[in-house]
Amino acid sequence: MKEIRIHGRGGQGSVTAAELLAVAAFADGKFSQAFPAFGVERRGAPVQAFTRINDDPIRLRAQVYEPDYVIVQDPTLLEVVSVESGAKDDGVILINSDFEPEHFDLNTNAKIMTVNATKIALDIIGRPIVNTVLLGAFAGASGLIDPESIKDAVKERFPGKVGEKNAEAIQKAYDMMTEA
Amino acid sequence: MKRNFEDDKKNMVVVEGSYAVADAVKACRPNVISAYPITPQTHIVEDLSQFIADGEIPNCEYLNVESEFSAISALVGSSAAGARSYSATTSQGLELMHEVLFNVAGMRLPVVMTVVNRAVSAPINIWNDQQDSISQRDTGWIQLHAEDTQEAADMTAQAFKIAEDPDVMLPVLACMDGFILSHVYEPVILLDEDLVAEYLPAFEPEFKLDPKNPKTFGAFADPHSYTEFRYLQQQAMNKALKTIEDAADEFYDLFGRHYGGLIDTYETEDADIILMAMGSIVGTIKDVVDKLRAQGVKVGVLKVRSFRPFPAEAIKNAIKGAKVIVALDKNISLGLNEGALFTETKGSLYNTNVNIPIIGFMIGHGGRDIPMSTMEAIVDEAKKVIDSGITVESQFTDLKEELL
Repeated sequence: MKEIRIHGRGGQGSVTAAELLAVAAFADGKFSQAFPAFGVERRGAPVQAFTRINDDPIRLRAQVYEPDYVIVQDPTLLEVVSVESGAKDDGVILINSDFEPEHFDLNTNAKIMTVNATKIALDIIGRPIVNTVLLGAFAGASGLIDPESIKDAVKERFPGKVGEKNAEAIQKAYDMMTEA
Repeated sequence: MKRNFEDDKKNMVVVEGSYAVADAVKACRPNVISAYPITPQTHIVEDLSQFIADGEIPNCEYLNVESEFSAISALVGSSAAGARSYSATTSQGLELMHEVLFNVAGMRLPVVMTVVNRAVSAPINIWNDQQDSISQRDTGWIQLHAEDTQEAADMTAQAFKIAEDPDVMLPVLACMDGFILSHVYEPVILLDEDLVAEYLPAFEPEFKLDPKNPKTFGAFADPHSYTEFRYLQQQAMNKALKTIEDAADEFYDLFGRHYGGLIDTYETEDADIILMAMGSIVGTIKDVVDKLRAQGVKVGVLKVRSFRPFPAEAIKNAIKGAKVIVALDKNISLGLNEGALFTETKGSLYNTNVNIPIIGFMIGHGGRDIPMSTMEAIVDEAKKVIDSGITVESQFTDLKEELL
C-alpha cells in the first residue's frame, strides 16, 4: 500500500487533489481511498488530506502517519508544519517551490524534490492554483500513476476549458519531473 | 461469503460516501424526504435535493423545514399517510428529534433515517463518535452501524426492507461514522434501481391515514392498554432479529454483497482475543488482526451491525470459545464509566453459561484518530487479562494526561 499526505492551506484544493488522485489511481486499476484531516474549514489555515493506493481493497481508516509521499502545496507551511513528520526513509517529499531541493533542510531521510508549480499554473492556467499541477509532478516523480488518468480525472471534475488548461499544466509538470 | 473484488471493480466508481448513500436513497424511491442540514450530514441532503430538483426521484416531495424537530415531525404525518419517508441528521440535530423519535416508533412508522455519527455538545465538536445515536437507544428505533461506504449505501435499502416488514413495522437508524465514511472517496458500486425495486417492494402498509377510512395513530392509551403497546413494540424488536438476518441474505442473493446480518466475524473461530466494535473502526481492526495474526497472536474481530435489537444470542455464540473479550465504544454512559457495547455485552452474558472476562475501552471520542498502534496496545492489555485477570474493567483510551 502506498500512502500520500498532501499539505496545503484552506482554499488551495488539497482535499480535491487527494480525491482526484484516488479517482485516477482507481482508473489505473488500483483500489484507492481519499479523505481530509477533517478540520473546521478556514481559508488559509493549514490543512492535510490523504490518499491511499493499494492492490487490494482498503480497510484502514486511520490518518496517514508514515507517508510514502508528501506533497507540499505552499512552502510557507514549512515554517509552521512539520511536513516531513513520519516520512519513510525511501519516501519522497515534493515541494512547490522555485528553490532547488538542497535549499530545504528537513529532518528526514526521504528524498526532497521541488517543482515550481506556481509558475506553471500562472503560465498555463493563468491563476496560482497548483493542486492539479502538483498531481502531474507527483505522477512524474513517483511513477505510481498514469498522468493520463490524472488528466482524465481533472477534466471530468472540471469540464471544458478549465479542465483542458489544467490537463496541459499537468502534462508540463509531469514532463519536467521525468526529464529532470 | 467472499466477494470477488476484481469482478466488482468493473462496476465501481469512486465517489464520496455521502453521495453513495444519497444515491441509495434515490434507488429506494422515497415519497417524502424531510431534513435539516447539519455537518457532517450536509452532503447527503444536498445531493438528495439536487436529485429532486433534477427530477431524478419521481413522486417524491422534499420538505424544507426550519429544524430537525420539524423534519422528523413531518415524517410522522407522511409515513402514517403511507408514504415511504426518509431523513438524515446527526449529533445535536438527532438530540433535538429525541422526543419525536419515541412517537415514530410507538406509532410503528417505518421511517428510515441516516445518522452520520458525530460527537455531542458541549464542548462543541463536529467530528465523529457515536454518542448521538447510542443516546437514542431506548426510543424504539432499530439501530444499525455500517463499516464502510458500500455497506452504508447497501444498508439504506436493507433498512427500508427491515422497517417495512409487516412483522416489524419499526423505524430504523442507519448509522455511518461522520467524516470517516461520509467524506471519504472510495470505490463503490452504486445501487442498481431495477434490482432495488426487486429487493424492496412498494410500501403498502396495513394501516394508514385515509380521509375515506378515518383512523387515529398514537392518540391515547390509558393504563388499561399502554403496557400492551410497549410489549408489542418489544415483540416487534424480537422479530426484527430474524428480519435483519433475512434482509442481509436476500440482499446477498440479488447483489452478491454481504456484511453479516446482526453481527459479522473476522478471524474469530480460533481466536483467544476477540475485539468487538461498531462502524468504521472495524476496518482498521481487521488490518490489525492480519498484522498480529502474522506474528502468531490469535485475535479476531466481532462486528456488531445491529445495536438495536441487541443480538445477545449471536454475540454469545460467536465469542464463547475466546479467552478474553474487548468491547470498543465510541460513547460513554457518564456516571457508569462504560460504553454501551461493553455494558450490554457484559449484561447479556451474566446469566448464561458463558463466563469469559470482558474489558471495555472508550475510544475515538470527538474525532480522536485511532491509529493501528492504539489498537495493538489494546490487544496487549487483553493479553494481560488472559495471563493475570482483569485489573481495569473499563477505561478511556489515549488520554492526554498533560491536558487534565
